[in-house]
Amino acid sequence: MAAILSIQNLRKSYAGGFEALKGVNLDIEEGEIIALLGPNGAGKTTLISTVCGITMPTSGSVTVAGYDILDNYRQARSQIGLVPQEIALEPFEKVINTVRFSRGLFGKSRKDSAVEDILKRLSLWDKRDNQIRELSGGMKRRVLIAKALAHEPRVLFLDEPTAGVDVELRKDMWEIVEQLRADGVTTILTTHYIEEAEAIADRVGVINKGDILLVEDKDTLMARMGRKQLDVQLTTQLDAVPDALSLYDLRLADDGWTLSYSYDVNAERTGITKLLNDVQEVGLQLRDVVTRQSSLEDIFVSLVNEPEEVA
Amino acid sequence: MNWAAIRAIYVFEMARFFRTIAQSLISPVLSTSLYFVVFGAAIGSRIDQVEGVSYGAFIVPGLIMLTVMTQGISNASFGIYFPKFIGTIYELLSAPVSFLEIVMGYVGAAATKAMFIGIVILTTSFFFVDIEIQNPAAMIAFLLLTCISFALFGFIIGIWAGNFEQLQLVPLLVVTPLVFLGGSFYSISMLPPVWQTISMFNPVVYLISGFRWAFFGVEDVPILTSLAAIALFTSLCLGTVWWIFKTGWRIRQ
Repeated sequence: MAAILSIQNLRKSYAGGFEALKGVNLDIEEGEIIALLGPNGAGKTTLISTVCGITMPTSGSVTVAGYDILDNYRQARSQIGLVPQEIALEPFEKVINTVRFSRGLFGKSRKDSAVEDILKRLSLWDKRDNQIRELSGGMKRRVLIAKALAHEPRVLFLDEPTAGVDVELRKDMWEIVEQLRADGVTTILTTHYIEEAEAIADRVGVINKGDILLVEDKDTLMARMGRKQLDVQLTTQLDAVPDALSLYDLRLADDGWTLSYSYDVNAERTGITKLLNDVQEVGLQLRDVVTRQSSLEDIFVSLVNEPEEVA
Repeated sequence: MNWAAIRAIYVFEMARFFRTIAQSLISPVLSTSLYFVVFGAAIGSRIDQVEGVSYGAFIVPGLIMLTVMTQGISNASFGIYFPKFIGTIYELLSAPVSFLEIVMGYVGAAATKAMFIGIVILTTSFFFVDIEIQNPAAMIAFLLLTCISFALFGFIIGIWAGNFEQLQLVPLLVVTPLVFLGGSFYSISMLPPVWQTISMFNPVVYLISGFRWAFFGVEDVPILTSLAAIALFTSLCLGTVWWIFKTGWRIRQ
């Protein structure tokens, strides 16, 4: 698939000398959902703002559907919908009018059926004649999404769409993103929540200090970097790891009822078979055996803390 | 040209006007009526005529100008400042619109509102004084140009302002004095010679003089000078707005 968004060596420095983006390269394919993970101040919002035209790049280039964001800004921006991090809405305007406004602003002629469709999909149709100030925080977020979708964009940016949102609404948001994928909309979302990336993204990019540390298929990433833990639950309580098993770097957990073994899923020999044999030879009885895959969160923390190991 | 965007901004801004139509209209109509009562009836009855025009009628063009200028500035400055203040400017900046389109939308709406209020005041004045407009076409043209140029000026103030105080500062400290000293309520020729010379540096003098000429055929400065002055003022504002968008000053980092 061709890249719908191509970012080449993008840099952004502010007047004070702070370098928010340090040569970002990123290609995003049409129809995919990519999550950009990063701590506060990593450059996620700056990256989005620069692509969308809110801040000017210092150097580098960005194309959207082949259109340069500076030379062909009209065509480039027409492809993009942006849902900002902060709730920014005209409080006294009616829901339907603010969505109509967005559609017009992006150069589309008034089409009530399209606006109706968007409002219905976001469960806002019943609230269409309400003033925005009368809505709850969650509903306002939906309005922001409706505005971003009003001109039928091919690329949607969601800047921390679920920050401070309750669980139910978060699930709804994920569903909306899934629906959009079915329509062929490419979604780029930034998030603090690892579970969000894990739940909906096809690919995950990790960004820190203005640099993209890694972009990878989510499953590959988890398989590649993931470590697994084997918990051997015993029928007898132990005070210490038996000497015969000292070879394995085991950890005693659960007040001595469990032996924990950490291993690399991709290693040629994981050592599980031998460990289980040895456990039996020592004379320990097994009650249960559980394995656990390390989460994206563990991977993320290790990447952000030790970026040099990834490079 | 993204006409849909211009229309969207224009409609959105006009909607704000109609939401507050009562206060938008009542306040200028009320204050104008007060001016007529105080200056036209109470004081004006003791003043014979100014340049062959009854004093009550003489102040009508000045009063309209006074309101139109302040309304043009406040509408346009608020129109663009408010999105900056509440953060909705992000949408404007990320939209496929050029600076010209943004200006046409905001300034067009602000000028329309000012024009509308100007006409309402003119209508109100018919209840107080007898006026015959000698050159209606020129009157409308002058009114329109003033609405547009002061809305442009207001737009610049709105972009410049960092808070609500600054938003009020220029209209209060600069525009109001210039308008009052611009011959709204008197003819420049009534001033001592020194003040007449000083008044020539006040751009508002030229606008009011031209506007009054359209009403009564009397003028403080030649009509062509008035036209040149308003053209110059509009060009200066346009140039500044163009520079703002070119450099992203105060809007795009």
